[in-house]
Amino acid sequence: MHEFTYVAPSSVEEIVQFLAQHREKARPFCGGTDILVQMRSGVRRPSYLLDVKTAPETRLFEFDPAKGLRIGAAVPCADVSADPAVRRYYPGLAEAANLIGSVQIRNRASLGGNLANASPAADTVPALIALGAKAVLRSVQGQREVPVEGFVTAPGRTILNADEVITEFVIPPPQRGGADAYLRFVPRNEMDIAVAGVGVFVKMEGQRCVEARIVLGAVGPTQIVASEAMAYLRGRTLNEGVVSHAAELAAQAASPIDDVRGTREFRRHLVAVLTRRSLLAAAKRAQANQS
Amino acid sequence: MRKVAVQTTLNGEPVEFLCEPRQSLLEVLRDVLNLTGTKEGCLTGDCGACSVLFDGRVVCSCLVLGVEAQGAQIQTVEGLAHGNELSVLQRKFLEHAALQCGICTPGFLIAAKALLDHNLNPSESEVRYALAGNLCRCTGYDKIVRAVMDAAKEMREREAYG
Repeated sequence: MHEFTYVAPSSVEEIVQFLAQHREKARPFCGGTDILVQMRSGVRRPSYLLDVKTAPETRLFEFDPAKGLRIGAAVPCADVSADPAVRRYYPGLAEAANLIGSVQIRNRASLGGNLANASPAADTVPALIALGAKAVLRSVQGQREVPVEGFVTAPGRTILNADEVITEFVIPPPQRGGADAYLRFVPRNEMDIAVAGVGVFVKMEGQRCVEARIVLGAVGPTQIVASEAMAYLRGRTLNEGVVSHAAELAAQAASPIDDVRGTREFRRHLVAVLTRRSLLAAAKRAQANQS
Repeated sequence: MRKVAVQTTLNGEPVEFLCEPRQSLLEVLRDVLNLTGTKEGCLTGDCGACSVLFDGRVVCSCLVLGVEAQGAQIQTVEGLAHGNELSVLQRKFLEHAALQCGICTPGFLIAAKALLDHNLNPSESEVRYALAGNLCRCTGYDKIVRAVMDAAKEMREREAYG
């Protein structure tokens, strides 16, 4: 690995001061599960590696039924998926966080790192978008909250400025009759990268869907919000035929590539299957949340 | 590159070492501290051969920087046995012939310990998920899974009967 300086800041203020001074030369990191591999292979060569997790603000974990969920950018995925409030109110996020890598990886990898790494196959990103999550970004200029939707602009590229760091995620409060789900397809049950992934959120009134969000992963250069499928579902009774049609619309929204993990056709097929299954899973949960 | 002084706790003992920021915890363990029980496999976090406990949690030491060990509690395979007495897990790996070439074994022992530290009554499925980040090219995994289940059983009995 190339030579670099390791910096362990004790606050977010220290992180943003450092970033303001060193900009592109400095790279914030949390668990290192992506960046150290990239540095070892020479893909990234930062002069400074900024250890975000040493700033206590990035380890925050707060749930309030009225305000929602705040998760520090550096909280390990293992803690996200094990958290009782996440499992109860945001089970799709728990599912996504529990699918990344192995126990070893989940003990280190963070939501902030998963988003900043900007892989098309990132598991937590579709789940966060489906929930309407926002990322809190800090720089010396101040703070801004941006939707996770649209954060990733291309593989490995995001809207994050060189002087900014992701400090936390803000997830809207659970809604009566609302629930999420995340499913992916991998040839191996554990320790694999998604061939396709689908995160959904639905809000139900009885059998009727009043709101749906469907987000596709690993089937395009960035996560894809399947707007047509979402619009189609609004106001409809979620029966087998309606769900299957929405799944077909979602499959049409995908723009997958052929690679070692799967062909374009196979991925499109997977999107339909995963959309159908995740919608049914979320709808079932949502109906249980109505009382 | 200037070396950094790091104070850590290794297998229960306070340890201080010097390392470059670019050296992984794995390199520090093997090349600086001469603890070669932890093995180097893929260096990408896929194989688990370099697994250690970091503040009680299993991690790939190839994806941790040595400097990150500052103030942390590190446990390696060298810390499993009590003097000349093997830990239950180590003994069960031998009894069940859960190793052949042995390169993956320290990582499996550490990952299995991480599981049993929190769950002394795991199902076979839980054992397999807990060990999914560790690759073995010799055994076909069955013997490893049986060794871990049997170790858990003995540890449960020990806990129940003292």
